[in-house]
Amino acid sequence: MSKTDTSPGAGNGAADTTGRGTSPDAEDLGAAGSQLSTAPKEELPNLPSLGVVGWARWFWRQLTSMRVALILLFLLSLGAIPGSLVPQNSVDELKVQQFKAAHETLTPIYEKLQLFDVYSSVWFSAIYILLFISLIGCIVPRTWQFVGQLRGRPPGAPKRLTRLPAYTTWRTESSPEEVRDEALELLKGRRFRSHIVGDGVAAEKGYLREAGNLVFHISLIVMLVAFAAGVLFKSEGGKLMVEGDGGMANVLPQYDDFQSGSLFDNDNLERFSFQLDKFEDDYQKSGPNRGTPRTFKAHVTYTEGVDGPTKKKAIEVNSPLEVGDSKVYLIAHGYAPVVTVKDARGKTVFSGAVPLLPIDNNITSTGAIKVTDGYRNKDGVKEQLGFNAFFVPTFAGVGKGEMLSQFPGPEFPVLALSAYHGSLGIDSGIPQNVYQLDTRKMKEFKDKNGDLFKQRLLPGETMKLPGGQGSITFEKELREWASFQIKQQPGNGWALAGAVAAIVGLVGSLFIQRRRVWVRAVRGEDGVTVVEMAGLGRSESAKVPEELGDLAALLHTRAPSVPETADPADPEDSSESEAVPAEGAEK
Amino acid sequence: MNLAAATNENLANISNTLIYSSMAVYTLAFLAHIAEWVFGSRSKVGRTAAALTETASAAPAAEAPKVQVRKGGSTAVLDRPKVVTRSAAGSRDVPDGPGAHGGTEKGDLYGRVAVSLTVLAALIHVGGVVARAMSVMRAPWGNMYEFSITFSAVAVSTYLVLLALGKNVRWIGLILVTTVLLDLGIAVKVLYTASDQLVPALDSYWLWIHVSTAIFCGAVFYLGAVGAVLYLFRDAYENKLAQGGQPGTFASSVLGRLPSAASLDKFSYRVNAAVFPLWTFTIIAGAIWAGDAWGRYWGWDPKEVWSFVTWVAYAAYLHARATAGWKGRKAAYLALFAFATWLWNYYGVNMFLSGKHSYADVGMALTSVGF
Ligand code: HEM
Repeated sequence: MSKTDTSPGAGNGAADTTGRGTSPDAEDLGAAGSQLSTAPKEELPNLPSLGVVGWARWFWRQLTSMRVALILLFLLSLGAIPGSLVPQNSVDELKVQQFKAAHETLTPIYEKLQLFDVYSSVWFSAIYILLFISLIGCIVPRTWQFVGQLRGRPPGAPKRLTRLPAYTTWRTESSPEEVRDEALELLKGRRFRSHIVGDGVAAEKGYLREAGNLVFHISLIVMLVAFAAGVLFKSEGGKLMVEGDGGMANVLPQYDDFQSGSLFDNDNLERFSFQLDKFEDDYQKSGPNRGTPRTFKAHVTYTEGVDGPTKKKAIEVNSPLEVGDSKVYLIAHGYAPVVTVKDARGKTVFSGAVPLLPIDNNITSTGAIKVTDGYRNKDGVKEQLGFNAFFVPTFAGVGKGEMLSQFPGPEFPVLALSAYHGSLGIDSGIPQNVYQLDTRKMKEFKDKNGDLFKQRLLPGETMKLPGGQGSITFEKELREWASFQIKQQPGNGWALAGAVAAIVGLVGSLFIQRRRVWVRAVRGEDGVTVVEMAGLGRSESAKVPEELGDLAALLHTRAPSVPETADPADPEDSSESEAVPAEGAEK
Repeated sequence: MNLAAATNENLANISNTLIYSSMAVYTLAFLAHIAEWVFGSRSKVGRTAAALTETASAAPAAEAPKVQVRKGGSTAVLDRPKVVTRSAAGSRDVPDGPGAHGGTEKGDLYGRVAVSLTVLAALIHVGGVVARAMSVMRAPWGNMYEFSITFSAVAVSTYLVLLALGKNVRWIGLILVTTVLLDLGIAVKVLYTASDQLVPALDSYWLWIHVSTAIFCGAVFYLGAVGAVLYLFRDAYENKLAQGGQPGTFASSVLGRLPSAASLDKFSYRVNAAVFPLWTFTIIAGAIWAGDAWGRYWGWDPKEVWSFVTWVAYAAYLHARATAGWKGRKAAYLALFAFATWLWNYYGVNMFLSGKHSYADVGMALTSVGF
């Protein structure tokens, strides 16, 4: 295909299916069809022979050509695919670990190819960075060119208007000057940019198409920059809260975990505090979907600023709490049974709600109860106590198998505990998982058979440790916890603005036609004025001839035909010849 | 509560009955379309061949512009000037085929019957979707069964609207009805899910916005893809004719009745280009919703990945159309690739890849999203 795409008619819509080479029209039209778009001219990949500068220029031209943009786009879409097939660190690290464990041979290869981090991999980044360089290299010259077109005027009529995609002619008694003036007025009235050149009027409309296209591409850059800024300046952290317990102020030490972008500054944390008053949850009670969640609402009280007024809000899955730049999302929830632990002397050494982690959809939960201070055993020796806890909100019933919950709501709560004493290993200073018991330095309490001492408790029941070493009570009050993610990500506004602009630009770019109309009026040999009108669209469209027809009809009422003598330009009996839309007059 | 549940169950049953009934009527429409094609094959379809051999042998004669007469607007006294159109350089001047009925009266009659049946089926079908929505008191897009029945309802409606607007799209009828039957068959046999309420994460007005536009885009992209496939066949056929070859009788009979390659190509382009901004909007709306529901706008969840892939693939297609050397067949392949990614995003991702979007799981317990 040796087409060089200077032929204007073969713009966007023309299906150049034949590839028969350059059309004769290109020469006929001269400048008339030029610059109807700012698309870069396609150049053949002639290899340069001029040293480094030549190569650099060649490379730059290649990079900013539409062909390369197209290839890069295609690569981008292919490159994104592996990230959906191979587990990603950024999405689910646990899955990545499982995958690595299951595929020993593949793992090193995948790691080399960065397939566990596709979207931050060198190769994926290379594709989109090249694409955006290409985009900038494309937009800047196109914008200049477009500004030039806005300043300039539509080019004059080509020599042979009959060559254009839509054409009409008639003869009138008005003088050529009158016709031109009428045409100018008419076209201007229709908001064409028009002026008189030589023996005709040149007019153009639909510049918004180009503008829309540029806006679209520029907004893509705005969005990318906004995302990049968001990643660099963002912060996010998690916090678990039990109903009725104290809340948190939005300062770093109060987070359970915290991550931030490389340019984030701790002082930038939005000032506010909040606490969880009540977690409301509700599940489908019957039918095949029994247990499906229906409502999750975290009722919180929050304060903006350091000592602003307190306000209430129900944080829901689709409705985060927003304070300034920060958003607080509801991430997870679970149960926090309230327990009271007494030592051998009957003194209460621990009392409170212990959040447990759900392990399935019916909120079967596990965790640990740790008594760090105050406990003395029967001999009066200081020790630490630990309990492995297993909790089900709805127990299947005695003898019905495992401690697996049957329903996520608390219809039949049961707490199963096993007891240890000794050292929890907390004092070593190594950070510990609060939901797991480190039993390396602990001894089991034994039951009569010498096994680990464990018991299932109903609300209100107490488990007595063997040998009178104390007790633990599962209180009737059952509390719930909710965990929140607190996010601060600047740049979202810009990204949204970019997205909106992109859509608006795209609509302009795809739905607006850019087209030119020429009217020529010259006095024929017999003294009668011959009017010729022609239209050219950037892409072939049924609308161009239609519009030309309307314009011609209007101009015709102002400069009517002379009674017809034989006119060679007008094919006779045309109404009977078969109507063949040259380009799909239909969709 | 129980009373309400009972009415809901009734409505759900009505919906099922309507969907099955619409399938029955679509089957009749399918048979009528077959009859249309069969009767049409008895006509002499030589127009394409004639046009192509003519241009091939007498290229300069093609100078004489074809004439298009503007409909209406001409009075006997003051003739409105006639507009002469020519197609752009390089494209073939091939007339559209006469359509499935091949210009035969009987074929045309069956074709009209088929379209009428399709209208009836579509009404019943839409009724089924609405009853389903009422039975669950929400937008009927909570699982794949509901997506599927809505998807085909939108595809048929779009086709019927284009027909009503006087566009030349009847050629798509048989293929469309066939695939709608397939889609509904899969929906009722494989994807069926008893009607139910939504998990909390789906319960948002963004559901209406995001999912409705997604389904609409998919349905229209489907029409565009059909256009692209037929374009490829028809183009090969025209190429063969232009080079003086003799296509098989089946090809001549069937392909000869389709619109010209240029028209099919244009149809495919227009349809794809027209929904591309809406698809862009769909993805952005999805990102905003994800931001509210899951605390992040974009997390490369499989569904998000594939939406992105689809979007970029369609952008590549639009670029291809604007780039010399990539128009025509190559662009059509890109359009098909783009639609394939859309299909995979719809079926494949839901069934084979798990992610936050997996509430649409087939038959599995609905897991709460984000929890
Ligand atoms: C980030 C990647 C890009 C995306 C997503 C993108 C998307 C699009 C879309 C959807 C269109 C269709 C609008 C229309 O047909 O009028 C378009 C048109 C266009 N794009 Fe891009 N583009 C990208 C990069 C580029 C680059 C790098 C260039 C320059 C080499 C470029 C040049 C153009 C031009 C000239 C048009 C107008 C085509 C025409 O005349 O119809 N684009 N782009």
